[in-house]
Amino acid sequence: MFEAIAFYLFAFLTIAMFFIVVTTSQALYALSALAAGMIFISAFFFILGADFLGAIQIIVYTGAVMALYAFGMMFFDTTRSVKEKQGNKFIVVGMSAVAAILVVLIFSAPMISTNMTAFYPSVAGAGNTQEVGMVLFTKYLIPFELAAVMLLVAMVSGIVLAGKKMDASLTLMNAQEIAEMKNETINKVNT
Amino acid sequence: MMEIGLNHYLVLSTILFAIGLVGVMRRKNILLLFFATEILLNSVNIAFAAISHYYGDLTGQMFAFFVIAIAASEVAVGLGLLIVWYKRHGNIDLDNLSTMKG
Repeated sequence: MFEAIAFYLFAFLTIAMFFIVVTTSQALYALSALAAGMIFISAFFFILGADFLGAIQIIVYTGAVMALYAFGMMFFDTTRSVKEKQGNKFIVVGMSAVAAILVVLIFSAPMISTNMTAFYPSVAGAGNTQEVGMVLFTKYLIPFELAAVMLLVAMVSGIVLAGKKMDASLTLMNAQEIAEMKNETINKVNT
Repeated sequence: MMEIGLNHYLVLSTILFAIGLVGVMRRKNILLLFFATEILLNSVNIAFAAISHYYGDLTGQMFAFFVIAIAASEVAVGLGLLIVWYKRHGNIDLDNLSTMKG
């Protein structure tokens, strides 16, 4: 009973938030609605007993990814409303629905077969976080390490791509130096 | 109706995936296209967690963790590229990305 109420409430909230994300013309509304939708999605993980995954969802998505997006939006002109692609709306919606149903069919096709057994069954008497740790650091140790290396590469590439000219501090330069740097950049872009 | 089963979660995942696909197809701004991509990844995460719960198997949750890690690195690299593109061209519309069209 409680589970059903929670499921339907959070399903409605999540769908509403993500609908706002794809329909609004203001980038800031889309950002805040996406952050809210991420938090509501973590509620599903808590309902499903995946406590650690829910905590990770809040920390990584709402804490890190959304903060990164908010930081990145400072570089862009986000105050003007976003232009939309002018296409046939029925084709877009219909193709999306067909593709989504196809994805779920691909997912559920192996499950319909009867010989489905748990590969790493949950251990009795251990909490979710403990179970996750036991599986992650035994069976999935190499993918875990690879994910760590991938995150390191992503961090380095993010610094290299976005951190150009960041050795010059705008707060320590006077107005003339800032104007010179601006002209230099404009000339470089024009040539 | 009152008993929440695996199908409920799969249907929810489908709806969210469809919303994300609509976003990918109709958006022109690359930043909002990234938002739609996040919706896609999250909807798949719900399906993974639900399957993991209803079959008593932790593999689904493991995959959800790796999906989250991939999403985080995608944001870092993609946003860096987007900032470089914006510094050079002054906008982030998809129409201006066709410089290799010839």
